[in-house]
Amino acid sequence: MMRNVWVLAEHTDGKLKRVTFELLTKGREICAAVGGTLCAVLIGSGVEGMAPDLQKWASKVWVVDQPSLENYTPDAYAKAMTTIFEKERPIMLLLAASSNGRDLAPKLAARFDGALASSCTDVVMDGGRLVGIRPVLGETAFVRVGFKSPLQIMTIRPNVIPVTEPENPSNGTVEKVDVTFDEKDLRTKVLEVTKAAGKVELTEASIIVSGGRGMGGPENFKILEELADVLGAAVGASRSAVDAGWRPHSEQVGQTGKVVNPTLYIACGISGAIQHLAGMKTSRWIVAINKDPEAPIFKLADFGIVANLFDVVPKLAEEIKTMKTD
Amino acid sequence: MNILVCMKQVPDTAIAIRLDAEQKSIDRSEITYVVNPFDEYAIEAGLQLKEKYGGEVTLVTMGPDRADEALRTGLAMGADKGVHISDPALEGSDTLVTAKVLAAAIKGLPYDIVLCGKVATDDNTGQVGPALAELLGIPHISGATTLEVDDDAKKATATREVEGGFMRMEVPIPAVITAEKDLNAPRYPSLPGIMKAKTKPVDKKDVASLGMDPSSVGLAGSKIQPMGMSLPPVREAGRIIEGEAEEAAKELARLLRAEVKIL
Repeated sequence: MMRNVWVLAEHTDGKLKRVTFELLTKGREICAAVGGTLCAVLIGSGVEGMAPDLQKWASKVWVVDQPSLENYTPDAYAKAMTTIFEKERPIMLLLAASSNGRDLAPKLAARFDGALASSCTDVVMDGGRLVGIRPVLGETAFVRVGFKSPLQIMTIRPNVIPVTEPENPSNGTVEKVDVTFDEKDLRTKVLEVTKAAGKVELTEASIIVSGGRGMGGPENFKILEELADVLGAAVGASRSAVDAGWRPHSEQVGQTGKVVNPTLYIACGISGAIQHLAGMKTSRWIVAINKDPEAPIFKLADFGIVANLFDVVPKLAEEIKTMKTD
Repeated sequence: MNILVCMKQVPDTAIAIRLDAEQKSIDRSEITYVVNPFDEYAIEAGLQLKEKYGGEVTLVTMGPDRADEALRTGLAMGADKGVHISDPALEGSDTLVTAKVLAAAIKGLPYDIVLCGKVATDDNTGQVGPALAELLGIPHISGATTLEVDDDAKKATATREVEGGFMRMEVPIPAVITAEKDLNAPRYPSLPGIMKAKTKPVDKKDVASLGMDPSSVGLAGSKIQPMGMSLPPVREAGRIIEGEAEEAAKELARLLRAEVKIL
């Protein structure tokens, strides 16, 4: 049996997203361990131009490039995967733990009776078998999970696997697949897609500047936005800031918001409630700025400043700006 | 309109979870349980649909005896009745088995829409809703931040957040919709609601009454096998940067360049 590991490529605006290369890096590692080959799957409309980048990593790139796939829908994407699965199946399929990856993976698992481990932070070999590692209970613990199925599916969080480019590009083949869609495959319609221009997506950001109750009001987030601009960072918020209506829920970091893994997380006026820490404590570096020296956030911050954030944040933005122009 | 809401009882997110002495499972001695916060949005959405179109809201849960409390909370909010699937054989079920069990229970009920929370805050998978839709052979929209259901045209329209923006989607109903936090503001149970909830009907189901084989559920039937738990590395508190705000900001900028190396 072919022991292939497949990666479903994520892309936006005609470009492969970084998480795709994170998945390919991990996929290559799994292949080396199980003696398999790495393949990629590219689904969308007008996407074929991205295949060469995948060919460098994968022995084979499955391409489904059809107008019906312009926008992600679970029905159409599942049909595309189903058509490919009729030709060949992997032992493991890796998807990003993104909004679409987490939407599609369970549908595929249910359709093909596969074993699915969701939102993993790693997959390792343990006694000759693959073991997924996934955080549970608000990042309090990691569960190690084994798979009991010929089809193993896994979604992996963005930002946790460091990308290492292939030493010898593999120059894989491209296999185009033509999918015949019937009405049932297209029952989900996309009416509208709105994109926030120039905004850095929280779950993909390397740097996040986040504000909490200590911001005092929605107007004060301007100073965080300015700092974020200087750093090329995304702006996040705590649950109190979101529940107060100061920021949209799409910016909430925490157990009922987003779980983020940036290189740097700057928490401003955030005390550090358990549900907030659940969303950001895996950040590589944590900086806390808070006037309350007893704030729990300081217990896990690498650097803390006990001061009024309204004095610190603008000054910090200014300093960084100066450094960057030096 | 027949509205089904799938819900789960989870540990309270405000409480720190600890592992037991062997660090194999969680220490349940100090845990209090609540309705999964995302399910509250699903229940509220169901109640609003009932207010608009009439009909019934039925809560469906799979869980041990204590999950009855969660059902009663939902009933106190205004749901009409509950289905409680409870069986020792279900222990250790993975998300696909959970979806199969829910699907088996739902297939015997009339429904126009199935609402779920986007994700449960304990296991954090978000898999059950989409898997359930596939097993029922109906479409789904996950992570809805808005929802409009047109019972006459038999369709639902929802907005879901995607990286960098939003997507508005339409599906024919019946469909599974999973609720994101922004969807609505869940009501609190009223005192009369709490009183009434005590006597609202809850249909108890076990694996056999769903026509399922015990070996197809629980740990035995699951394709995901837990192999133990571990604690994340402990984060040590770092250093507090002393000095006046301006000085401290300057020092922090220096550290971001020298140690964090982002500048």
